[in-house]
Amino acid sequence: MAGKKKLPLSGNTAIAYAAKAADVDVISAYPITPQTTIVEKLAEFVANGELNAEVIHVESEHSALSAAVGASAAGARVFTASSSQGIALMYEIMFIASSMRLPIVMAMATRALSAPINIWNDHGDFMAASDTGWVMMMAHTNQEAHDDVILAYKIAEHPDVLLPVITAIDGYFMSHTIEPVEPIEREEALKFIPKKVTWRVLDPDNPVTMGPLGTPEWYYEFKRQQHEAMKKAREVFDEATKEFEKTFGRNYEPVEYFMMDDAEYALVAMGSVAGNVKAYIVREARKRGIKLGLIRVKLFRPFPAEEIAEVISNLKAVGVIDRALAFGSSYGGPLYGDTLSAAYIRGIDTPIVNFVAGLGGRPVTFHDIKTMVDATLALDGKTRKDVPKEPYFIGVRE
Amino acid sequence: MSTKPKIPTIWDIPREELFAPGHRMCQGCGAAILMRHITKALGKDAIIVEATGCVEVTTTVYPQTAWKHPWLHIAFENAAAGASGVEAAIKALKRKGVIPKDKKVKVVAIGGDGGTFDIGLQALSGMLERGHNVLYIVYDNEAYMNTGIQRSGATPYKAWTTTTPVGKVWRGEWRPKKDIMGIVLAHRVPYAATVNPAYITDLYMKVRKAVEIEGPTFIHAFSPCTPGWRIDPALTVTVARLAVQTGVWINYEVENGEFRVTTPVSRRKPVRDYLKLQGRFRHLTEEEIAEIQRMVDEEVERINRLVGKTVIGPVVK
Amino acid sequence: MTAQLPGWKSLPPGAVITRPGSTVEYKTHDWRTLRPVIDQERCIRCRLCWLYCPEGTIIELDKPYTTKAGRKYTRTYEINYDYCKGCGICAQECPAKAIKMIEEVR
Repeated sequence: MAGKKKLPLSGNTAIAYAAKAADVDVISAYPITPQTTIVEKLAEFVANGELNAEVIHVESEHSALSAAVGASAAGARVFTASSSQGIALMYEIMFIASSMRLPIVMAMATRALSAPINIWNDHGDFMAASDTGWVMMMAHTNQEAHDDVILAYKIAEHPDVLLPVITAIDGYFMSHTIEPVEPIEREEALKFIPKKVTWRVLDPDNPVTMGPLGTPEWYYEFKRQQHEAMKKAREVFDEATKEFEKTFGRNYEPVEYFMMDDAEYALVAMGSVAGNVKAYIVREARKRGIKLGLIRVKLFRPFPAEEIAEVISNLKAVGVIDRALAFGSSYGGPLYGDTLSAAYIRGIDTPIVNFVAGLGGRPVTFHDIKTMVDATLALDGKTRKDVPKEPYFIGVRE
Repeated sequence: MSTKPKIPTIWDIPREELFAPGHRMCQGCGAAILMRHITKALGKDAIIVEATGCVEVTTTVYPQTAWKHPWLHIAFENAAAGASGVEAAIKALKRKGVIPKDKKVKVVAIGGDGGTFDIGLQALSGMLERGHNVLYIVYDNEAYMNTGIQRSGATPYKAWTTTTPVGKVWRGEWRPKKDIMGIVLAHRVPYAATVNPAYITDLYMKVRKAVEIEGPTFIHAFSPCTPGWRIDPALTVTVARLAVQTGVWINYEVENGEFRVTTPVSRRKPVRDYLKLQGRFRHLTEEEIAEIQRMVDEEVERINRLVGKTVIGPVVK
Repeated sequence: MTAQLPGWKSLPPGAVITRPGSTVEYKTHDWRTLRPVIDQERCIRCRLCWLYCPEGTIIELDKPYTTKAGRKYTRTYEINYDYCKGCGICAQECPAKAIKMIEEVR
């Protein structure tokens, strides 16, 4: 795979290139910062005849996803993108898209939720989507953001899955930051994700009713199916990433382990902050002889509980960085909640502590990471009973 | 340019039913009559996108459906957006050769007055403005009947509903009905029409016409609701007919800006005849009836001015 | 009650209904307190009852009928009592007063 041409692409542009390579039929999206340049780029591709697709200039995100559901139900490969308030406005239809088992792919450039209105990055919007029944991935480089869109269609359209997929990147930190990206060409993409309609569609020659009323005698069975489809999504993710590596030479796992082979401590993180943590591990921790590693969660739904619990079981202490808050919950941050329960039901006693950081675009500095690492190390020799019951609010003014 | 319509007779309505019995719409439901004849007029080559509402919940109780068309329901406020997506998909897939280019498929959105006048108005405006090749039909039963008779933007002046009850202070709805046709026509659509279940051949002709016209088209259908209007189920068609005969409802069409009344009424009946059959207007005083009569007279005058001659005549007792 | 229904493994994903017009399996006759009865002698075959029925439960048949007075018709209108909800629109709209609503006895 060496020698292929790399382009300097922002996260958003990298995503647009992937949607073009996937030969999407319908793009239905509404402008919102910091996602907007994804659909701007796609509009440019369509305007120049480089992509043969219908662009629906909807009047809201609610309609963006509604039109995406309609187009997918009619048999099209559909793409949409949004952020923050757009995701919040789509919320109603997100549940419907997954319950109707339509393989829509949505890119999310994550951004804080109002109020106060804030266009900068955190994971509030991503975490708000976490129980909507969508498969959810979060990338860490622009290349990964690009590749995730191709992987997303592979997973979404698998007949055993048929679920919509979110591929997320951090707003600004990735959406507007340029990195070298090796774009996948249309021909090779379509070999990996051939255009084949694997779901029931609206067709006058074979009429079906989609979206009926489900009474108490029937509703529950369809929810149980969705749970199973999520489990299948994990199997298909593993198959798809293997095939992806063979085809394109890049390997993705549900969880990325960084310097974990000999690690005694780890931070768990998602998205761009993982880059800062990696830098800290190399430049600071390891130099000081601290055996610190990083567990980066790429696949958030279905949550890779088994892998995370296993790696945590061998550690002395773990810190989880959340870039969102679950107000009033028993834990603090949503990633912490998932990590804790994955460990708890497997009887793992490693102390796991929560850090809430970087809300609304507040930078997570080297100093902040040092604070988190120190607090994690302080749990050495302790058990889970000794873990603070409140998260550490990192970088907030008292 | 108005095309000279071939006026169908009752014998032109196809015998074949495309809307199955066994649905749970109420005894004497006006919308059920509408759905039977709308589906007949559409013919088989249509995809229906339905908003949440009476028709949606009563026709698709899993695992059965009354529909013989491909049919999609997403939510309450987005039938127009969902239909936009279906239409765009067909357009893209035809252009890419996935669907044969000559395959005839009309996308039709159907919603109630709540899903159209109120919560779905934004999606409807977007669909009309973008020029999707979709026929949107609103069955207007003048309140949120599915949730139990709450007022909507389509509820007429003085009508009782459960959220505009008649009490010591309130006298039913105190605001006039929203002018949905005016809103739709402001989008300069190529075709918009009103229909009434007592005038099925008129309905049939208009649905056929709207299907054939390329671009966004709109049909506003009068839809008597027996529990909501507090009427005898046997009188659904009678009440619908009286609405036209009194001038409360006017059957018309606007094709490329040209306005035409399709059911002229030379001698109008007084509105009292229409109101007195309905429990939702039972509380009205003589003065209130006279006020409603004046409002109807004004609307009739406006329509006559639009046409340029008297197509709806005076009230004759 | 729900134990006899199919389990989640055998249901199609997304609650798609693949049998168009399948509400015919659901009979609505027990909604009825009054039963419409067509007097074939008085019926003038105008089609209005068929037209206005909300259920589509009045059946138009190419079945000839000759009245006692010798009037010949090529069509006959009959009622499918499986679905008739007894609203009475047909009797109300019949211009020949050929449909009577009689009390339903079960």
